Order: sequence, then C-alpha cells, then structure tokens
Amino acid sequence: MEDFVIEFMFFLEVLFSGLLTGTLYSLVALGFVLIFKASGVFNFAQGAMMLFAALSLVGFQEMLGVHWTVAFLLTVVVMILLAWCVEKFVLGKLVNQEPIILFMATIGITFFLDGFGQTLWGSDIKPLDIGLPTGSLDFGGIFVDQLELVAGATAGGLVLGLAIFFNKTKIGRALRAVADDHQAAMSVGISLRNIWIIVWSVAGLVGLVAGIMWGSKLGVQFSLSLLALKALPVLMLGGFTSIPGAIIGGLIIGAGEKLAEIYLGPFVGGAIENWFAYMLAMVFLLFRPQGLFGEKIIERV
Amino acid sequence: MSAPSNPLLKVNNIEVIYDHVILVLKGVSLEVEKGSIVSILGANGAGKTTTLKAISNLLRSERGEVTKGSIEYNGADITAKSPADLVMDGVVQVMEGRHCFEHLTVEENLLTGAYTRKGGRSVVNAELEKVYHYFPRLKERRNSQAGYVSGGEQQMVAVGRALMAKPSLILLDEPSMGLAPQLVEEIFEIVRRLNVETGVSFLVAEQNATIALKYAHYGYILENGRVVMDGDATDLANNEDVKEFYLGLGGDGRKSFRDVKHYRRRKRWLA
Ligand SMILES: Nc1ncnc2c1ncn2[C@@H]1O[C@H](COP(=O)(O)OP(=O)(O)OP(=O)(O)O)[C@@H](O)[C@H]1O
Ligand SMILES: [Mg+2]
Repeated sequence: MEDFVIEFMFFLEVLFSGLLTGTLYSLVALGFVLIFKASGVFNFAQGAMMLFAALSLVGFQEMLGVHWTVAFLLTVVVMILLAWCVEKFVLGKLVNQEPIILFMATIGITFFLDGFGQTLWGSDIKPLDIGLPTGSLDFGGIFVDQLELVAGATAGGLVLGLAIFFNKTKIGRALRAVADDHQAAMSVGISLRNIWIIVWSVAGLVGLVAGIMWGSKLGVQFSLSLLALKALPVLMLGGFTSIPGAIIGGLIIGAGEKLAEIYLGPFVGGAIENWFAYMLAMVFLLFRPQGLFGEKIIERV
Repeated sequence: MSAPSNPLLKVNNIEVIYDHVILVLKGVSLEVEKGSIVSILGANGAGKTTTLKAISNLLRSERGEVTKGSIEYNGADITAKSPADLVMDGVVQVMEGRHCFEHLTVEENLLTGAYTRKGGRSVVNAELEKVYHYFPRLKERRNSQAGYVSGGEQQMVAVGRALMAKPSLILLDEPSMGLAPQLVEEIFEIVRRLNVETGVSFLVAEQNATIALKYAHYGYILENGRVVMDGDATDLANNEDVKEFYLGLGGDGRKSFRDVKHYRRRKRWLA
C-alpha cells in the first residue's frame, strides 16, 4: 500500500512536469496556428522568431542595462517592426503565389533571422533572467518545478487574452473573417496586408513569451530555434487551424513524452523522449487526419 | 434612362486579362445612373463576374488585371483603387456564391461588414437595426453560425453585410444562384425596396434574365467578353432575340442560331 501511494505520487509528479512542459510546446504551436489561420502560410520561421525575440530581450537588457520590462517593451516594438518588414519585403511581394512558395519564403526568413540575430547580439549561450522563480514547490509530497508553474500560468493567461482579442474586438473579428474567407474579407474592405502585419506581430509576441520561458529554462541559444520542430507533432495532433488544439496538443505531447520516457523507456533502451512525440502524432494522424480540433469544414449548398 | 448624363459609375471600354495571357473582357462599357438598378446578363463564362470584380478591384487577388480602358465612379477614376478604399468610397461587392464567413455568427458577419465605418458602436448598431429591419429573418438567426443557415439566409447575410458599409453602389453577383424561385423573388423584392427607400444603386450580374429584367431599369447583355446589346429592361424583355436566347421563350419557335449572327460566338475563350 505504501509503495502504491509513493508510486502514484511519482506518477503525478511526472504527469505535472510533462503537462507544464507541454504548455511551452503549446506556446510555440500557437504562433504557427495564428499565422496559418490568417494567411494559410506555414511559418517555418516561428522558432527563429522565438530565438530572435529572446536574443533581443537579453541584448537590450545587457546593452542598455534596463529593467526587463523595458527590454520587453523594446522587443515588442522590434517584433512589430519585423512583422512589418516581413509583409513589406517578402509576403507582400508574393501575394497569390502557391503556398509552397510562401513556405519556402519563410525558410528564407528563418535563416535570415538566425543569422542576423546572432550577428547583432552574439552567438554565445546567454542566461535569461527576469527574476522568475526557480526550484520546486512541495505540494504534499508532489514536487512541482516553479518555473514550469509560472510558464503554465503565463501560457494560460496569454491564451485567455487571445481568446478575448479574437472574440470581442473588431480587429479580432476581422482576423477570424480573413481566416474563413479572405476574398470575402477583402470585399468588405478589410486590408489583407494590415491583417498580416497584425497577425505576424501577435505571433511575434507569442514567440517572445515562449522565448522568455524557454530561455529561462535552457538559456538563450541557437537550439531554441530548433524547438519549433517540437511544435510539429503538436500541430499534427491539434490541427493547424485550432487554438484550443494547439493547447491540448501541447499538453498531450508534453505529458505523453515524459510518461513514455519514464515508463516505456526502460523497456526499449531509453531515450525515447526525442521521437515519441512524432510517433504519437503519426499514429494519431492515421485515425484523424484533420487533427483533434481541426476545424470542421462546413459543407452545404 | 438611355443616355445618363452624369452617371454614378462609368466603365469605359475595359479589357481584362487573367494570368497575363487570358483575355476575358474585350472592351466592355457600361453605365449605372444614380439610384438605378442595372443588370448584366449573360451565359456561363460571359464575363459578368469579371466585370464586377474589375470594378471592385477584387480582380487583382485572382491575378486578373485591367489592361485597357478606365472605370469612373462619381466622376473620379477608380481603376487602380484598392478594394478597401472602394468600400470606404461606397462601392461594395456581394460575391457570387455568397461567401459568408462560415464560422462567424450571422451577426458577426454583419458587424464585419462595418469594418470600414467610423463613429463607433452607436453608428454600427443603428446600421445593424436597419439591416434587421429589411431582413427580419436574420434577426431571428443572429446567433447562428453562418455556415449552417439556409442558402437564402446566407444570401441575405451577404447583402446585409454589404449594407453595413453604407454603400452607394452594390455590385451584386448572381443572387439567384442555387435558390428556389420563390426565394429569388423575395431577395429581388428586398433589392427593389432598398433601392427605392434608401437610394442605393445596384449593378446585378445574373444568368436568370427573366427575374433580372423584371426588377432592373436597364440591362446589358454580355457575350464572350463583349456587350452585344443594351437597353431599357422592358425593351430587352420584349426583344425577340433576348426572348429566345435568354428568356427561354423561343419567339416563333423556329429561329435557329444561324439567323442571329452575333449570338454564334459562344464560349471562344482565348481570343
Ligand atoms: N481567375 C481566372 N483565371 C483565368 N481565367 C478566368 C479566371 N476567372 C474567370 N476566368 C475566365 O474568364 C471567363 C469569364 O468568367 P466569369 O467568371 O467572369 O464569367 P461569368 O459571366 O461570371 O460566368 P458565370 O455565369 O458562370 O458566373 C471564363 O471563360 C473563365 O474561364
Ligand atoms: Mg459569375
């Protein structure tokens, strides 16, 4: 009996840790979903944007010696500027091209951002410290990492904020309209170019928040850019067009991979955390190609 | 009405090319006088939609381009204006196939139509009430997802959404498409009421010539990217050729295509 209780507590600990890491995957996936919904572009650069945002934040802190909130605001401005440039110099020129061409353009943006960011701010691993708590909290025997807890709460807050933005504001409504039918959106006078700038800015902001969380955890380094790849199984699971899907997908992947590592790992010789997520997503894909929450395509005449 | 002196809309001999090579409109001219309902008639592929999109400039997002001629609205050249600017000027297109925002509610669809309006919540709400006044059924369905309401209601949403921009000219593309005759009649009845009561002008593209000529003041017949005939709606409705080829009445019943030369050039796309 004792043993069972301890086992169970351990299970809960792993589960929580997985779920909380999952919210970080969700944040990255969220950036993809926003841009994909509004413009049909699969933004390969989402990870690079996250890295660039985190680099800028740390850079501003170092260079100007300002409080992190000031650096945060400056970085927000940078991300909006970036969105504007992307629209002005890349996507705006490629309107009406095939999705694959737009996708390739975002690969170009990825390499540019990775390179430019490191030229600008240097390429060493930098600690990102905005005073988030570290260490674990003890919830009656279950230890929960404080940073993960903060990350989870922040992700939740961000999603809530986005939900309000999308459902209650004029711009948010316009974004949903564009996602539904961009021609009709144009016909009522919505400028797609402005919408793109807004949505890339929002994705940049989400990237910044994700970058802060991941950066606090791992330090700001090039591998942050690759974390975007972790968002792929999340998207396969949650659907490319669903915000709740990105959240739930992230949670499932996060929890799934931690649990698998602990409970299945020993049987297959360990280290399955790296590929388990993809396998899970793939198996899932066979049964529900549109993803867990992939938007239902309404068909009627 | 045959020689409007100072029309609201004036399309001067425009040529439209898709994808840099496909010539679709080969010199179309037409006019819409303030406060009138004008219809463009023609078979599939005649170029009706292309004409409307050239005016609203939604053409560019389909890789189409006006390569010759000009379009004037209220006396000013609007050939190169963006769709958003045109909506602000009062020219709004209701697209063929309705194009509602399916995952938005009926009311959200209407509110989106007011995207370009200034003046805040009260202005928009007043406009919303006006639209509900003309389309009471939309008020009943205001909280339904637009993707799930009936085809007729979707057409009403599309027209109502355009009205929210407070337009002077609505470009209405094939409102009868896929609707039962009675419903088509209902929609056109509302178009007429809007025209009479609010003074908004309409340019309506229709394959259904019978209904379009019943409600329009003036009509143009488009074939293969050219205007082949135009006139007062009543004159067109009584014209033997129009009767035979567009109203399905068949005149004396024996006329063959060969007798009417200019109707032979059907569906030759790449001129
Ligand atoms: N995006 C496009 N690219 C190339 N060709 C096009 C495009 N859109 C339309 N066309 C061609 O232009 C011609 C006119 O099309 P349009 O849609 O204007 O006709 P329509 O009169 O509206 O026909 P319908 O009654 O079927 O709606 C057709 O031959 C069509 O194939
Ligand atoms: Mg058409």
